[in-house]
Amino acid sequence: MIDTLRLTAEEAAGLVREREVTPAELFAAYRSAIDERDPELHAYLHVCEDDGGAEGIPIAIKDVIGTRGIPTTAGSRILEGYVPVYDATVIARCKARGLSILGKTNTDEFAMGSSTENSAFGPTRNPWDPTRVPGGSGGGSAAAVAAGLAPWALGSDTGGSIKQPAALCGNVGLRPTYGTVSRYGVVAFASSLDQVGPVARNVRDCALLYSIIAGRDLCDSTTVELPEPVALPEGDSLKGLRVGVPVEFNEHEAIEPGVRDAVQHAIERCRDLGAEVGECSLPRSVEYGMPCYYLIAPAEASSNLARYDGVRFGYRAHARDRLEMYERTRDEGFGEEPKRRIMVGTYALSAGYYDAFYGQAQKVRTVLAREHAEVFERFDVLVSPTSPTVAFALGARTANPLAMYLSDLLTIPSCLAGLPGLNVPCGLSEGLPVGLQLIGPQFSENTLFRMGHALEQALGFDPVPPRLVG
Amino acid sequence: MAEISREELLHVARLARLELREEDVDRLAAQLNDILAAVGKVSELDLSDVPPTSHPLDVVNVWGADEPRPSLPAEEALANAPERDGAYFRVPPGGSS
Repeated sequence: MIDTLRLTAEEAAGLVREREVTPAELFAAYRSAIDERDPELHAYLHVCEDDGGAEGIPIAIKDVIGTRGIPTTAGSRILEGYVPVYDATVIARCKARGLSILGKTNTDEFAMGSSTENSAFGPTRNPWDPTRVPGGSGGGSAAAVAAGLAPWALGSDTGGSIKQPAALCGNVGLRPTYGTVSRYGVVAFASSLDQVGPVARNVRDCALLYSIIAGRDLCDSTTVELPEPVALPEGDSLKGLRVGVPVEFNEHEAIEPGVRDAVQHAIERCRDLGAEVGECSLPRSVEYGMPCYYLIAPAEASSNLARYDGVRFGYRAHARDRLEMYERTRDEGFGEEPKRRIMVGTYALSAGYYDAFYGQAQKVRTVLAREHAEVFERFDVLVSPTSPTVAFALGARTANPLAMYLSDLLTIPSCLAGLPGLNVPCGLSEGLPVGLQLIGPQFSENTLFRMGHALEQALGFDPVPPRLVG
Repeated sequence: MAEISREELLHVARLARLELREEDVDRLAAQLNDILAAVGKVSELDLSDVPPTSHPLDVVNVWGADEPRPSLPAEEALANAPERDGAYFRVPPGGSS
């Protein structure tokens, strides 16, 4: 009997290697878990019928990542029925390692959102409490891993879409250093920010999946080779590690007391494990990160989403002439959030406003990058809550776009600076997971894995939602 | 920060090739004004001496070998076409903008 709620990807791979289970049996176990629990959770938009003869273990894929022969919608009506004719590079790399695709996971439309409620195909529910959101945009991948509907998953992160859902669902999620993972074949949202990354049940699985997908890709000229190979973390000491606690990220008024307590507890454990912990300040990052991000990301989105015009693929509205076809296709195909962002972005890039909005935001971005570089002269890793709150109720933030945008308050600044960030579950508040965010300098993934792994051992967080244990 | 007017909203929608429905215009205008007021905070900082960042990595001019590689066959490139005519994407006649 395969316990999909507890089995890690590393253990699953071991079972296959030792011939204790076949890849087909493993795939079937996750498929039956999906059949049992996904009608309630709606983590998947599409479930695959078979493993395609793969020799390895299964994986779930966020539906913004193109998969040959498997529908890819990005959570949007405008891509309903679209079936990619090629694999994204990350998919090709997973397949080369024998991974089979379980299905495509739910996402806010075009990865724009923090709750998965912006999906055109309905929201995903949080496995810890189905009246609450799983976070977003990658709520489908996070919920699937938390509920044992996949051993691990791929997500994508523009301003927090891997880390924040991982925090709300109690799993480990890495937003890698910008440029370390190929975006070839991935639906583009904001190209100077988008990164693909792993979602897993523990830090070692997260590191393993990162090692599979990372590295230079000729098809994505923004990618670079990793300066050192990925090291699977071992050991439980943080001796010599300098851990910074930025006050603005830890004492913001939006942080719930229960979240703050769990994070404080984790920071104390860092001390116990031998880390040198000290306070620091990033005075402008939290205050100006959100406004900066919500100019740069919509501006780039307005350009990237220009391709959805009804000509070559996806939805096309009936129209008498071409202009009407463009306008009507986009009106009927896009949901509210992409439309809002296209409008904000087009406005911010338009003549007369470019310098005051987009140009100024790019300069703020420089300020935030410099601010981070400065504290990394004294610290190896910065810690804070990933999300200021635990999972919120479905519908709680849908009426007010700005309230939803604040969900990413603490994840956005490092994304703008191109830095890697790891979410590690660090405890519960009101019975719901709290996530600790670890931020390091560019290419410091191995340090984040080492720290995350040691903390994971020390904290002993159980990633299985109690209500799913029969 | 100035409020976005109805005319401006419709102009931006036209630039973005979005056909707005009449019943959506007022609500969208109100939401955009809220968002623009919030993001307009970036103008508080005097950054005249700060260079802009368009890309977070220090990478410029990435070159690749100029060698042909296999590309998508035309049949596959056209596989998702809403409407096609032989080896072409078929679209309605052009409208005036």
